[in-house]
Amino acid sequence: MNVDKNIQLSVEHCYVQEGSVQKERVRKKSPQKANGQEADFSLAVKAQLPGKGITAIYGPSGCGKTTLLRCIAGLESAEHCQLNIGGNEIDGLPVKQRQLGYVFQEDRLFPHLSVEGNLDFAFKRRFSDNGPSKQQVIAWLDIEALLDREPDHLSGGQKQRVAIARALLTAPRCLLLDEPLAGVDSKARNPILRHLGTLAENLSIPMVYVSHNLDEITRLADHLIIMDQGRLVADGPLLDMLSRLDLDVTRQEGAAVVLNTRIVGHDDRYSLTQLALSLDSGVSSGSGSDAQLSVGQLSGEPGNTVRVRIPSRDVSIALERPSQSSILNILPGVISEIELIDGARAVVKTDVAGQAILARITRKSLEHLQLETGKQVYLQIKTVALLSETLVSGYPCIRNT
Amino acid sequence: MNLLASDITALFLTLQLAAVTTVILMAIGAPLAWWLSRSTSRFASVIEATVALPLILPPTVIGFYLLIAFSPDNFLGSSWLTLTGQPLAFTFSGLVVGSVIYSLPFVVQPLQSGFQHFDHKLLEAAETMGAGTLDRFLNLIIPLTRRAFATAALLGFAHTMGEFGVVLMIGGNIPGETQVLSIALYDHVEALDYGRAHWLAGGLLVFSFALLILLYGFNRHKKSGAKQL
Repeated sequence: MNVDKNIQLSVEHCYVQEGSVQKERVRKKSPQKANGQEADFSLAVKAQLPGKGITAIYGPSGCGKTTLLRCIAGLESAEHCQLNIGGNEIDGLPVKQRQLGYVFQEDRLFPHLSVEGNLDFAFKRRFSDNGPSKQQVIAWLDIEALLDREPDHLSGGQKQRVAIARALLTAPRCLLLDEPLAGVDSKARNPILRHLGTLAENLSIPMVYVSHNLDEITRLADHLIIMDQGRLVADGPLLDMLSRLDLDVTRQEGAAVVLNTRIVGHDDRYSLTQLALSLDSGVSSGSGSDAQLSVGQLSGEPGNTVRVRIPSRDVSIALERPSQSSILNILPGVISEIELIDGARAVVKTDVAGQAILARITRKSLEHLQLETGKQVYLQIKTVALLSETLVSGYPCIRNT
Repeated sequence: MNLLASDITALFLTLQLAAVTTVILMAIGAPLAWWLSRSTSRFASVIEATVALPLILPPTVIGFYLLIAFSPDNFLGSSWLTLTGQPLAFTFSGLVVGSVIYSLPFVVQPLQSGFQHFDHKLLEAAETMGAGTLDRFLNLIIPLTRRAFATAALLGFAHTMGEFGVVLMIGGNIPGETQVLSIALYDHVEALDYGRAHWLAGGLLVFSFALLILLYGFNRHKKSGAKQL
């Protein structure tokens, strides 16, 4: 990866300005500053983000992730802020010259303009001619039918799709998204996540996605930054981060790992598709064929990559391969790490064909089975969620172009 | 025709005064109202109260103090005299200054309330799209607060048309220079010329009424229009 293309980010002390939209919220959090002229929000983050794909900023609400995003956009100022996107120093520039696309939590569409008027507002002011065309953006977000509508008469999900399209039409250097799904009802979320996946495949610019929803993040992100109380806790590639037992994300009830798998074949008789965990090309044989998952039939070709998500609470551990079980997916693995969550529960990290799978089990079982690192076990996996649904439905973005 | 040539002159003078005053008021009132709608400083309430004073003070009080300020012995009057070679008192320019002060709350208050209802988050969004200050003002603030602008302009204009007390104090009664409609009307009544007084009074009444119908009709249409769209 070209280092010049990366985003260098260093924010040390964020200053929330007088009159800022964000100020009210920050004041609530720091009452001792309420009488001061400005409410300071302590923020110290230093990170390097990849120059392509989606970087997620994750953390509990109030941890400063939105403030960080606003610092990047210049909507808040920080005492020490260094910001370099693709080789361009943008700290110190006013908001309008930073050339970043920003999708807010609320859609912020202009109510006096139609959907197309909103898109044109951005397109007329675009930062360069190298950005995507109007037709492309409209197709990616599937908003052709909405162009003549008024923003007030769109659903939450539609509004947010238009807002994303509008931000893209300025041809930004980077697209910043601040919990764009927060105000969208759960049914409308999946389509938007799919659209965002489409964008990631088609855009050459990086996207920074702020969310407190781990589920959204595992589906979208390539890179993860975890924040807490204004500090950076950890950052790294998503797949590594989700299996790091020193991080809180792996101890949560909803913890899950994400695996990259490869389609090895279809079982037409039972309408299933076999996925291999080892990504080495070539026909899987012998021991390799053990590390396979069966999922409902996919439309992809053998060899295609599929991203799957395995929740740690849906994985149980057996010392011998269970022969009489309804669970299809039983994988052999070697325990690489064990971490107690509390008195009752533990997480066990297992290495399966080079990838990590977590199992959330009770401490009682842990002791009963005498589990320890290096031990050979069998993982019974109850659910495998497909993340790259794009492959399943033959969604336009995976067309070979 | 019951109108005298002097009445026609007074009519045009009044319209001219109202037009000039409205233009100046919009130019001063919009930034002032914007600042008042955003500022949280205690100083802002002092300014707000000052702007609102003409609403409750008798016009003669304002006129009296303006007359004194306009005197060449005082700063305003003397600097105006040095700059333009003309005095402020008993001139058209003096009337414009007086009208601007007297009608200021009628322009600032509707604008301020419009700006307060304006969603400032939209400006942030526009800023991230590269829109500068003037761009945002022309393409977001004005179209989204156009009702406030229309209300402010019409009220400022109509209120200046009907001004009497202040004009009497600082303008006197010079035909073609400071004799506005309300003064001409007063003259006719004093001379017991009720016929011509009716013409002027009735004319002002009908005009003001029509202006207000126009204003409220416009606002109502916009409201229902927004719902239907």
